[in-house]
Amino acid sequence: MNESTPPALQESASRPPTAWELGSDRLFRTLTTLFSALTIALVVFIVLQISFTARPAIAQYGFGFLTTDTWDAGKGQFGIRPAIWGTLYSSILGVGLATILGVATAIFLTQDFLSPRVALVLENIVKLLAAIPSVVYGLWGIFVLIPLLRPVADALHQSLGWIPFFGTRLAGPGLLPAALVLAVMVLPTITAISRDALAAVHPRIREAAYGLGATRWETIFGVILPTASRGIYASVLLAFGRALGETMALAMLIGNNNEIRLSLFAPGNTLAALLANQFPEASRSEVPALMFAALVLLAITLAVNVLGTLVLASASRHVEVR
Amino acid sequence: MAQTPASPEPPVDLPSLERSLRSPRTLFSAFCSGVCGLLTVLALLPLFSVLVMLLYRGGTKVLTAGLTLFTELPPAAGMVGGGIGNALIGTLVVVGIATLISVPIGVLGGIYLAEFGPRTRLAETVRFMAKVLTGLPSVLAGLVVFAAIVVFTGFSALAGGLALAILMLPTVLITAEDALKMVPQRMREAAFGMGCTPTQTVWYVVLPTALPGILTGVMLAVARAAGETAPLLFTAFFSNYWMTARLNEPTPSLAVLIYNFSGSPFRNQQDIAWAASLVVVTLILIANISAQIYTARTKTR
Repeated sequence: MNESTPPALQESASRPPTAWELGSDRLFRTLTTLFSALTIALVVFIVLQISFTARPAIAQYGFGFLTTDTWDAGKGQFGIRPAIWGTLYSSILGVGLATILGVATAIFLTQDFLSPRVALVLENIVKLLAAIPSVVYGLWGIFVLIPLLRPVADALHQSLGWIPFFGTRLAGPGLLPAALVLAVMVLPTITAISRDALAAVHPRIREAAYGLGATRWETIFGVILPTASRGIYASVLLAFGRALGETMALAMLIGNNNEIRLSLFAPGNTLAALLANQFPEASRSEVPALMFAALVLLAITLAVNVLGTLVLASASRHVEVR
Repeated sequence: MAQTPASPEPPVDLPSLERSLRSPRTLFSAFCSGVCGLLTVLALLPLFSVLVMLLYRGGTKVLTAGLTLFTELPPAAGMVGGGIGNALIGTLVVVGIATLISVPIGVLGGIYLAEFGPRTRLAETVRFMAKVLTGLPSVLAGLVVFAAIVVFTGFSALAGGLALAILMLPTVLITAEDALKMVPQRMREAAFGMGCTPTQTVWYVVLPTALPGILTGVMLAVARAAGETAPLLFTAFFSNYWMTARLNEPTPSLAVLIYNFSGSPFRNQQDIAWAASLVVVTLILIANISAQIYTARTKTR
């Protein structure tokens, strides 16, 4: 028997790494650590940069900035109460409408109304809603939605004008078209997350309800929706966070008018729309005030989003425990 | 075997188990099903309206203008003809810059989260911050870049790209981490068994396997960035001229062009806004569909 091994096997397929390989390994790991830490640095930088630029305005206007109504760069008077009001009003209207439509769509997708293939197609169509950019929705609002709403709105104002919500005519841009477009834009968020929450409800639970003699909708209202409720709440909160910061469609549709009005047809303003409309032409004295408004917007959206993320995390834990 | 005596089964009253189709409970259920279906249709109505308008008004303009739409500059107020050539190039350049900035940071950060320190406190913080960034209103990304850079250098394609990169980063980071985590653990163990350093394992085994998933995230981020308008208003701004090779000048983009022309009283500019919208939505759909193709490829592996 030949004792010498063939030369190809003398060198083992595996060998310890060389010094260069070890060095480059350490370097690469450090590099990835730094790059991931960059994300934290970026968030900190965003908060600091906006606060820092807003500092002169914070010092000058203080808390009154949030509670006064005039925005007049000429007189140096800045207040964002109408913008905060408009942001909340339009977001609550839009998200409220989107919740009804979005949860209904999610139920329709998950509760065996459709064959799985049709449900999948429908799901992708809903996702398509999210793919269309804000500015295109704004364009659609200007050329389709507002002309469509105007006769209806004016008729409502004529006949039911004593109700504060119909207190004005729809002259063009206004709160209602803005809120409707907002509803369309946050609908995919609500549908997608609610759908996941509903689909995560174990079929056994539904079968048990059917076995007890519940009808399909008694099962949905009594068993499935309560079980999936945390996920649905999270979807609404995250949609609300998105609606608060939505910019272009609102800047194009809400009318850029700094007044607090209850009427659905009156033009208004939101924080994000104020920024988009005023910033490009802002004078030096106006920039800190706009940054102050940006800081308020950042604080509100961050709070809502963090809350939504936490609820969503607790929802998925809730499901895992079962 | 003991024969079980035929147990006296209680007679089942089958008709009582059936539910009358006219009972209020059944009727209520059917009513709810109808309402639910109706609401779903109502929810999708705007999408169809948008698509029809894009194809009708945008499509008409694309067909009548033909190639000149892509080779000419935007028309001035009241002028006929014109196109979106410079804006299309501008969008591609700005999104390209944003991709070049966000993808290396996002993928390398994702490698750390998935491979080197998945359970460290740093990783937990980074994940949380990435989620926070996902919810950042896009207009604020523009403001930050304006205050940090544009104030000193003026409007530029670079600043626009940077603003979009802020918005792309969380998507790239989160999807890269997810894609890397999908790689089976035994592949890593096999590489370690061969004597690979963790870096070699990542480069030669994990990254190539996770590549389709990572590309999915990149394409989704590109799709989102391509239609963003608000951050570009204060960073890239707009220009009615062709881009030069320099990236430090105001740069046009399709999104800002749509915004500028949306308020125009002139029919030609409105039509160009619709045509530009059609082009943007087409670009976004192409990016989204290629993302889904990559996803499908990951699943078949």
